[in-house]
Amino acid sequence: MAIIIDDSSKVLVQGITGHQGRFHTLKMKEFGTKVVAGVSPGKGGQSVHGVPVFDTVHEAVEETDADTSVVFVPAPFVLDAALEAMGSNISTIVIISEHVPVHDAMRIVSLSLRKQKRIIGPNCPGVASPGKAKVGILPNQIFKRGDVGVVSRSGTLTYEIVDSISQAGMGQSTCVGIGGDRVIGTIFVDCLRMFEEDEQTKRIVLVGEIGGSAEEEAARFIAEHVSKPVCAYIAGRSAPPGKRMGHAGAIVSRGTGTAKSKIKALSDAGVAVATTTVEIPRLLEAQ
Amino acid sequence: MNLLEFEGKQLFAKYGISTPIGELYDGSSPLEGASFPLVVKAQVPIGGRGKAGGIRVVRDRTELDQALKEQLGTTIKGHSVQNVLIEERIESEMELYLSITVDRSMRKPVIMASAMGGMDIESVPDGKILREWIDPSIGLQPFVSDNLIRALELKGKLADQFRFVLESLWRLFQEMDAELVEINPLAVTVDKSLVAVDSKVIVDDDSLFRHESLKKHARAITPLERKAGEKGIAFVQLEGDIGVIANGAGLTMATLDFLMLHGGKGGFFLDLGGTDDPEKVKEALLLAVEARPKVVLINIFGGITKCDTVASGLLQAFDEGCIDLPIVARIKGVNEREAIELLKDSKILPALSLDEAAKAAVDISSGA
Repeated sequence: MAIIIDDSSKVLVQGITGHQGRFHTLKMKEFGTKVVAGVSPGKGGQSVHGVPVFDTVHEAVEETDADTSVVFVPAPFVLDAALEAMGSNISTIVIISEHVPVHDAMRIVSLSLRKQKRIIGPNCPGVASPGKAKVGILPNQIFKRGDVGVVSRSGTLTYEIVDSISQAGMGQSTCVGIGGDRVIGTIFVDCLRMFEEDEQTKRIVLVGEIGGSAEEEAARFIAEHVSKPVCAYIAGRSAPPGKRMGHAGAIVSRGTGTAKSKIKALSDAGVAVATTTVEIPRLLEAQ
Repeated sequence: MNLLEFEGKQLFAKYGISTPIGELYDGSSPLEGASFPLVVKAQVPIGGRGKAGGIRVVRDRTELDQALKEQLGTTIKGHSVQNVLIEERIESEMELYLSITVDRSMRKPVIMASAMGGMDIESVPDGKILREWIDPSIGLQPFVSDNLIRALELKGKLADQFRFVLESLWRLFQEMDAELVEINPLAVTVDKSLVAVDSKVIVDDDSLFRHESLKKHARAITPLERKAGEKGIAFVQLEGDIGVIANGAGLTMATLDFLMLHGGKGGFFLDLGGTDDPEKVKEALLLAVEARPKVVLINIFGGITKCDTVASGLLQAFDEGCIDLPIVARIKGVNEREAIELLKDSKILPALSLDEAAKAAVDISSGA
């Protein structure tokens, strides 16, 4: 088992002929992902690393039965790409693109809830289930199959933590980068619920950051519904209030969204909170 | 992007929302034909300017000149006052609060309204604030306005006016990609009209590609932050002396946190973001040097940003610019071997772990 994606996932790449689309199609294939199709309007009939390219999602799904899509198109076209994917048989859409307008993100999320489609992101590194499949841009070589479920608002920080888990001899069931934007399709609570139900996952790592209240909501959920051990890291202890620290969502405003409040909420819920990323493997081993 | 009050009011006017009669003034010409009393309001993109002396009611010419002298060219909470808005004073019977913003937890817009307008919404008791969430793909429906009108006990002409203002504000919120539109106070005048006495509009920076007309308003806090923004680099000026360049906001924040634990203090936050262009890396390093920290700490974990891309960008910066600062780099991830090979003969100090890199940077900054 794993969550969100596994070796049965048939992946479609939206924006496959772009620079990023090409590169990461190759890397996903090397990870073992079944990349069955690509979409790039006007470029149907071509192929990228052996993957057939179609003009529309509809066509691609009809020909290949793709059920998962990964979106690499530039921000202004993400709304259209996501709606096109939701209009077909695609059930999981992973949006890598950053700088998606928040109004577009709200429309995508609202429609996905109504159509019961899973959206990951925007502005996320994707999902990897080691030994099975990867959808996104996470570096292949850091993963190792195992029993740790990882969920994170960050990209590179997640790689750092996954790498340290692997280096310590442990592995991951699934690693989900949910994205650093204010409005995202899949939230901590969704992933915690899935990890709790997943047989392969025995322990969970949550990587949060300043801004919003998603970590506090996660803490409440953990206290009530999660029996598996959870450890966490929160980025932004040193961040000054009122400054947007890169991610659209990473801002302490009017005294809310501080690292302190998140760390307290998680600790109160019985979560072991690490002071630095390097502590995570030790905390996991202790559980 | 925070619009100034007068920019917000121009948008209100475009959407049919009444604002006080007024004029933007920069001090360059004499004011003619003023009829008192007037309100003089410093145009700065932050709240709380009233308490800082940025809003004055003036009764005659002398008071007006005095207020202009006190406001123009001064600094309010770090923002210099280039313009003031001089407006008629609105006599109100009652002051309402009305805003639409993005509710992050609910992941949809929320309308907030209150009969206790005119004060900071943060100090209004929660029970006195009405909230209505709107499904963004359905939009504002008449029953929502009805609910608010009933709860605010607005009647007759006032109820019609409120419905109109709310519908206009909703259109503005959606069409202008706003993160926040706020009217506080929304004055109820003696003849039962609604007038937006203040405006607060924040437009989503990520939407500016479809709002060409707003780009000219774009303003950042420091010149370096503006320069970074133009190059697509996220740069935040901080108070310490160790500059941090990393890829990804989370990693950059964690690197700054690491420094803090080792007794160092971050001088800036520079997130390269996802890039595969060595040119952008070069620009980032040049920008970093321009910020004059004591040392630059680079922390890269390669994914979409490949390590060798970063390495060649750094080398280009050394070739072209005058890099006269010590640079500690820790580079890991996609194509890390190629990167290490590239940087072998450079002046960049390599570190294997983030811990090690942070320690090295702190040692350099403290002169150890």
